[in-house]
Amino acid sequence: MDNYILQVENLKKYFPIKKGFFKKKVGDVKAVDEISLKLERGKTLAIVGESGSGKTTLAKSIMRFYDLTEGKILFDGKDITTINEQKLKKLKQDMQMVHQDPTTSLNPRKKIKDILEAPLLIHNMGDAASRLKRVKELINIVELPEEFLYRYPHSLSGGQKQRIGIARALALNPKFIVLDEPTSALDVSVQAKIITLLKDLQKKFNLTYLFITHDLSLVRNFADDVGVMYLGSIVEYSDVETLYTHPQNPYTQSLLSSIPVVSDDEQSMLPKKIPLTGEIPSPSNMPTGCKFHTRCPFAEDICLTSPALLETEYGSFTRCHLVEKINKQKIGV
Amino acid sequence: MKVAENNSPVANIDGISIKKTRSEETKRAWHRMKRSKLSLVGLTIVVIIILTAIFAPWIAPYPDHASGKIFFDKMNQPPSLEHIFGTDEVGRDIFSRIIFGARISLVLGFTVLSIAIVIGVPLGLIAGFWGGRVSTIIMRTTDIFLAIPSLVLALAVAAIMEATLMNIMIAISFGWWPWFTRLVQGEVLSLKGEQFVLASEGLGASKWRIAFTEILPNCVSTIIVKATLDMGFVILTGASLGFLGLGAQPPIPEWGTMIAEGRVYLPEMWWQATFPGLAILVTVLGFNLLGDGLRDVFDVQVDKEG
Repeated sequence: MDNYILQVENLKKYFPIKKGFFKKKVGDVKAVDEISLKLERGKTLAIVGESGSGKTTLAKSIMRFYDLTEGKILFDGKDITTINEQKLKKLKQDMQMVHQDPTTSLNPRKKIKDILEAPLLIHNMGDAASRLKRVKELINIVELPEEFLYRYPHSLSGGQKQRIGIARALALNPKFIVLDEPTSALDVSVQAKIITLLKDLQKKFNLTYLFITHDLSLVRNFADDVGVMYLGSIVEYSDVETLYTHPQNPYTQSLLSSIPVVSDDEQSMLPKKIPLTGEIPSPSNMPTGCKFHTRCPFAEDICLTSPALLETEYGSFTRCHLVEKINKQKIGV
Repeated sequence: MKVAENNSPVANIDGISIKKTRSEETKRAWHRMKRSKLSLVGLTIVVIIILTAIFAPWIAPYPDHASGKIFFDKMNQPPSLEHIFGTDEVGRDIFSRIIFGARISLVLGFTVLSIAIVIGVPLGLIAGFWGGRVSTIIMRTTDIFLAIPSLVLALAVAAIMEATLMNIMIAISFGWWPWFTRLVQGEVLSLKGEQFVLASEGLGASKWRIAFTEILPNCVSTIIVKATLDMGFVILTGASLGFLGLGAQPPIPEWGTMIAEGRVYLPEMWWQATFPGLAILVTVLGFNLLGDGLRDVFDVQVDKEG
């Protein structure tokens, strides 16, 4: 068995735009446009991007919530690009997801016990007694007291709810978990606890994570590799240390430079401030050439043609025509 | 809401026992209900009517007057201490007949709404959740039914069938289920985009499981409120059909039928039509007030969770 649990090749997910009475197709929203990834067992890959960059669509495509427009997904060596409903259901035992907002991802009308038991019921696992045992095990794994099993979600705090969300994802003993901004709805102090819990669980159960986030400050301590996404494409792909020490793509640099800091020391560790102006363009009306050229402070004529994802001198990959030029400029300054 | 996340010791303090949490919920709901005096009036009326219907033979001063017996010596008597609502054309005590009439009205209401819910709710779930052609067929059928006034529809059905209480209930249900289909379909449409539905799909749940175990429980409060508010109208419709002679037939003490019988003697013997009319009025009012109260109770709950 090879070492990659997940391989994504040229994945595309377009949503058709339909207009008029006859619902004629007038275009596509290119939410995910040719993305390739490889994810090693037991590692964490972070996908970073602004809202609207298609990162959640990528996650949902990998989870097979939708059919793909194009491309191929290999999970655990098996092609899951087109599989029937039965196999898809079986696949969910190995592949789970923690959702963004714990308040809306737990059914308000169900007790915690029923929420945690649902995955076991769906997959016809064990009898009532063994399921209850498993549910108690799960709530202990996420460090919550067993009394919570008989409560409704609204009597729990945000962090507690997200722990339940994590417990639910663990119920079926998956190998791979997609974390879709699991901490974005939480307070900062709680974020750290959830991240620590996720790291502990990864070690304990040998989990592989795909970590979707817009918050670069969380990535450094959590991920092994990082893919930076912009308008449906990966613009930079690198191991986490290289990304922070030698960001190559102007977009990555601007993201890193916008991490809020509290001291000059910290500021000096970040790249020079590159202000990011304007909004992310609409994926239904994509800029031609380099997708970032409309907002890039370095943009030149050559940026009107599409750059390829090329290896840099630091071993990372980036999608920019001007990498070397920008780097020289920096050294000059 | 707590800002910091609870760890076990804190949780043990506020999670003392499960029973307490649950009774607290009930207490809070009751508190919300209590804030509105009118809904309490509604609740009181409904409780009294239900108790009256259950214990009719023991409450009614002349239980045998609910039947078709004739008492020539007591015909058309005005209200008195002996017969507080007077007597009808064949000498029966109107008060006793109204008390037994409560049974008929409640049975009619509960049966019609049960049928409407059993048919309407699953159709609404299917239409809302599956979408596509199935939804179009169901919802257009619903529109057709809703375009015809329910009383007219019930009249037509009742006219075809023999006029019995059972048939009248079927006739009214025939026009009532579309309301529940439409209500539930709307609810489902807004619920199916919720994260917890997606989460369930991510666990590998089938569509049926999602529809009935994830979405339906979230529609229950809306259905209860709608059913309570509808109860009054169903009773009113039943009474209207009874008045027109298409409902329960004499000597069954149905309120609408009683008004029809007493109408002939208006205005001299006003009590014969007035008291059954008042019974209908109070009942419909009671259920409406209670329905409004329940709506407030459930709405607040939704806000709190949102």
